Amino acid sequence: MTQVSTESNAVSPLKRILVQGKYEAIQMLSNGEQLILAVVMPMIALFVLTFTDLISDIAERTIDAAVPGVLALCVISTAFTGQGIGTGFDRRYGVLRMFSTTPLGKTGLIFGKVIAVLTVLLIQVVLISAVALLLGWQPNPWGIIPGILFLLLGAAAFTSLGLLIAGTVRPEATLAITNLAWILLAGAGGVLYPLSMAPEWLQPTLSALPSAALGDAMRDALINGHFNFPGLIFLVLWAVAGSFAAIKKFKWN
Amino acid sequence: MLRVLESVSLKAYPGQITTLLGSNGAGKSTTLACAQGLMRPDGGSIELLGQDPYGDNPDLRARVGVMLQDGGLPPSMRPVPLLRHVASLYRDPVDIDALVERLDLNSFGSRTIRRLSGGQKQRVALALALAGNPDVLFLDEPSAGLDPQSRQVVFDLISELRDAGKAIVLTTHLMDDAQRLSDYVYIIDKGCTVAQGTVSELIARAQEGHDARPVSFSAEAGLALPQPPLGLYLTETSAGQYRLDGVNSPEHLNWLTSWWARESILPTQLNLQSRSLEDVFLEFAQKEEQA
Repeated sequence: MTQVSTESNAVSPLKRILVQGKYEAIQMLSNGEQLILAVVMPMIALFVLTFTDLISDIAERTIDAAVPGVLALCVISTAFTGQGIGTGFDRRYGVLRMFSTTPLGKTGLIFGKVIAVLTVLLIQVVLISAVALLLGWQPNPWGIIPGILFLLLGAAAFTSLGLLIAGTVRPEATLAITNLAWILLAGAGGVLYPLSMAPEWLQPTLSALPSAALGDAMRDALINGHFNFPGLIFLVLWAVAGSFAAIKKFKWN
Repeated sequence: MLRVLESVSLKAYPGQITTLLGSNGAGKSTTLACAQGLMRPDGGSIELLGQDPYGDNPDLRARVGVMLQDGGLPPSMRPVPLLRHVASLYRDPVDIDALVERLDLNSFGSRTIRRLSGGQKQRVALALALAGNPDVLFLDEPSAGLDPQSRQVVFDLISELRDAGKAIVLTTHLMDDAQRLSDYVYIIDKGCTVAQGTVSELIARAQEGHDARPVSFSAEAGLALPQPPLGLYLTETSAGQYRLDGVNSPEHLNWLTSWWARESILPTQLNLQSRSLEDVFLEFAQKEEQA
């Protein structure tokens, strides 16, 4: 009997994930609403916070107080709202089903989304940082590495929460919930404004939010060069709980 | 929990087109979803190329092409870039240019999938199923929404794939599709396989005890109907449509034509029906109903 080649017809796992990540990133970047959410809104937040004195007293210069929160907002835009809405509609149209019949499978789909979120986040961070540097931003050099770590952790936590919502409710509801949450978290969830500006009785509750953990950790890092341990713990807990719930509850169709 | 499938048992072989025939809601798509590993059945066993199809199994998926009923196509993509993307997940995909040509995807290539007609989407979904040059092909209602011309193209393509040795499993609720394409048919009703066989076997089986074949004809409406010989039944089924049941000898036709000659009736249409898969299907569905 001749030996039949049993080499798989699927490309390697890494290549599958990268190919899918590129595809998903292009999908996100070619969607007008997503671009507004991912780039335009954070840019507006940057200018509003820089040229008003809403949060001027937490750093020596207003822009240094503004940028960390804007970067945190980028994470929520892309990992949570944008990714959640995209996944919700992909689920509605059966796109998730279709891809899970290819060598990509469910695992590849999720990792592809993570790659896409990280790619878009990288673009956002580069753009916002470039504009902020032109406006005179001086981040604390000791805070850059912790800042990157917190952005990644925030992306993990918010991606899992976005997937949890997208995988359990109708896409219209996902759209409403994630957009509303974006506004509420940006306004009052400790993303753009430090928790210390919230009413005292509310602070303990708010500090448990992933948005506040991310926002305050980013400010601590990039303004003071401090590593915010409570923020680290809260974000890890949210990422683990979110992933666990998403794996348990996600409905593929 | 709703029980969709009760007792379904089937096999598909390389180089054959195996058809699941049944009305809407009979359980065809659920059967396929289980066979493809998209769904895990509560009971029973499934083997796909010798393996359990449930869960992520990239090497198995790479050998199996699936065309979903709703297509699962991302609405904002254009057809050909989507096809190239899916093909890039396979080490040795089919010749994409040839496939695009064959299914004429370029004729609407500048439009996003959102703007395609149902039949155009079907052609894209079929192309995606074929992209990885699979050994096994699952096609859920492949001819739904196709115009006669693209239907022919799709049917020719499916037949060629069969001849190339692929195992093809398709579902349809259209008897005509099943009759034209299938090597082997399973009739599914209410989650059960109620009959199986080749098209001619099924027709032959249902023919037993049915040597009589109905004659139908069209003529002027409201004709006064004569009393036919014993065993024959003549009725006007709808205005101008007549049907003579129980015909099983040339004598019976003689009786019919002599009535026409007597009354100067010249029918505009005359049809001596042989049984079709549709009759077989209806009969099995009816038996099931009574049981």
